[in-house]
Amino acid sequence: MSSDVVIRAEGLGKKYMIGHQSREPYTSLRDVMAQTARNFARTAGDMFSGKAIIAGDEVEEFWALKDVSFEINRGDVVGIIGRNGAGKSTLLKVLSRITEPSEGRVEIKGRVASLLEVGTGFHPELTGRENIYLNGAILGMTREEIKGKFDEIVDFSGVEKFLDTPVKRYSSGMYVRLAFAVAAHLEPEILIVDEVLAVGDAEFQKRCLGKMKEVVGLGRTVLFVSHNLAAVASLCNSGILLSDGRITRRGSILEVIKQYSAVRAVDATVTFTVDERSPRIAGVRVDPAAAAEGRVVVDVTVLSPHPISTPHVAITLRAPNGVAVWSSSSTAHGIAGKVEASQLTTIRCCGCLPLYASDYSLSVWFGEWPVAYDAKIDCLTFALAGPPVPLGLAPVEVVGHLSSSATWNIC
Amino acid sequence: MKLPIPEQDAASVPAAVSSPARTKGHGERLLVLEAGRTERNYWSDLWSYRELFAILAWRDVAVQYKQTFIGAAWAVIRPLLTMIIFTVVFGTLAKLPSDGQTPYPVLVMAGMLPWFLFSTMLGNASNSLVTNANLIGKVYFPRLIVPVASSMVALVDFTITFLLLLGMMVLFDVLPSWQIVFMPFFILLAVLASLGPALILTALNVKYRDFRFIIPFIVQFGLYVSPVGFSSSVVPDQWRLLYAMNPVVGVIDGFRWCLLGGEAQIYWPGFALSLAVVAGLLWLGIATFRATEKTFADLV
Repeated sequence: MSSDVVIRAEGLGKKYMIGHQSREPYTSLRDVMAQTARNFARTAGDMFSGKAIIAGDEVEEFWALKDVSFEINRGDVVGIIGRNGAGKSTLLKVLSRITEPSEGRVEIKGRVASLLEVGTGFHPELTGRENIYLNGAILGMTREEIKGKFDEIVDFSGVEKFLDTPVKRYSSGMYVRLAFAVAAHLEPEILIVDEVLAVGDAEFQKRCLGKMKEVVGLGRTVLFVSHNLAAVASLCNSGILLSDGRITRRGSILEVIKQYSAVRAVDATVTFTVDERSPRIAGVRVDPAAAAEGRVVVDVTVLSPHPISTPHVAITLRAPNGVAVWSSSSTAHGIAGKVEASQLTTIRCCGCLPLYASDYSLSVWFGEWPVAYDAKIDCLTFALAGPPVPLGLAPVEVVGHLSSSATWNIC
Repeated sequence: MKLPIPEQDAASVPAAVSSPARTKGHGERLLVLEAGRTERNYWSDLWSYRELFAILAWRDVAVQYKQTFIGAAWAVIRPLLTMIIFTVVFGTLAKLPSDGQTPYPVLVMAGMLPWFLFSTMLGNASNSLVTNANLIGKVYFPRLIVPVASSMVALVDFTITFLLLLGMMVLFDVLPSWQIVFMPFFILLAVLASLGPALILTALNVKYRDFRFIIPFIVQFGLYVSPVGFSSSVVPDQWRLLYAMNPVVGVIDGFRWCLLGGEAQIYWPGFALSLAVVAGLLWLGIATFRATEKTFADLV
């Protein structure tokens, strides 16, 4: 192992056995009895050979991770992205020794702390003060360390007044703040973090992200899983894209996010059942390739029982927090051509937007100025690639979505 | 595209530069994770987690009597009532002999002391991994810590019961003799005798929840096959060696021997056998636990 590689995974795989309920229902008592006997024989066999009992009629192998190999250098900040079920959490669990890999091997150099959940081990009956010590010990801090940082932790959490109240009386916000405050004061050489920024309000998330950036600034190695692409883009310098348990891309974080957006955008298409008696939107599609390059290309397919000479189509992009960030309408920009009667017509809108990388949801209106016939509000969500939020700024939810350059001078 | 806007103030920059150098130090251990690999540093690892052990044990003690009305008084009432019932049933009704001149209630109490330690440890430990499933699934630490820490709660109840026994000995005018200096040894023996079976059951309970139903049964059954309500001297001589296969027998005999002065006699061959059984079960418990430990997170 060269001196700068701190994590090396080779051919890592993790297998789970999952049980299914077979699809065809048992028709007769005889079938039920035969199936029950078979299941009983199987579970008894499993038990005596020391295997775990799996519920269901059929047992199947499921590889949550397969053939995963990578190297992480000291000081790298690696974002791991992928859809739900791509194997991100399983990978983190293997790396933090919670579960054993089924095949392959991992070599890790240095003290690892993993933060897979905020407030692991908090006991509702214990007071805030007691839980700080408990949670700290669980995360791997020594008593001395916690004692030394106690005031800082309390300060960060902002729950001084309730330190001696059992945490079951806390509001959920206070609970999360206290829990994160403890975690934020971990000082490992390698930090593994899973989707913990998803909790709390915007102000709190901003503080969390600030704290994460501080950790990164200290030159620590960080592995970070999040669905918040903006946060990933602004924190990480390299990325791993997982899909179906395999690494599909390993490279700079921007490349990885770009590919992820492209992969995700494949199903950025919705179709609607149309009522043929009135003009309707039949489908909406976002061009994945364009979205991966930061452009918005939206195809709106409409169907109308009568010809429409001046079709009016409008689209709006909304940020995840519900704020509309951009709108455009065919009426404002002018459109050539018309919609023929009873014929599917596709109207395309192309826009190049100065927006930071984030998820956006699309709303579409269709009508004949000034009448709106149909509207599909937030009908699909897609990831738009774009420049990441510059280091030193809060997440995109806080700083806004518009990415536009400015010049700065001291006058 | 990243703009170099530094977030840290200038003072933190030296730290940023120096910390990789510091972490590169010689003390860095290479950790290898592989399927079926047994940890070489298991015991030293366990030692480095001693603070977590202490704090988990403390947590279980602190939480034990929270939101109860009479709190720790439960630790007095339970053995006291059991003692009264056993004295009436075995001493007064069945008229079983005591050890020498020992009053029957004291005999019962001295036997109940290790028995309650055993049964509480068994119950607490075997459920511990399931009740701490959230920890197991989210953080790494040697899993052995959890059942051992939660079984330590039993020592608190044990201390209370012990004080109760001392009070009774004063009341019944029973004086301990020099053997009482061996008390710490027998307490340790009681703990070890409980840990072996407890660890086996803990590991099995994670995989097969059937043991949730089996354990209360074992505890109930054990109360009658162990010499709690009677002296083990009532067991016919030819059966005593076989009887000593029950590890609790050796422990209870030992407790009575060192607490009740010269009145209770130890049956030494049986005691030696009990010791061997305790050691065997402890080894088996740790071995079983370690063999299954790594799969716990996938099972709970």
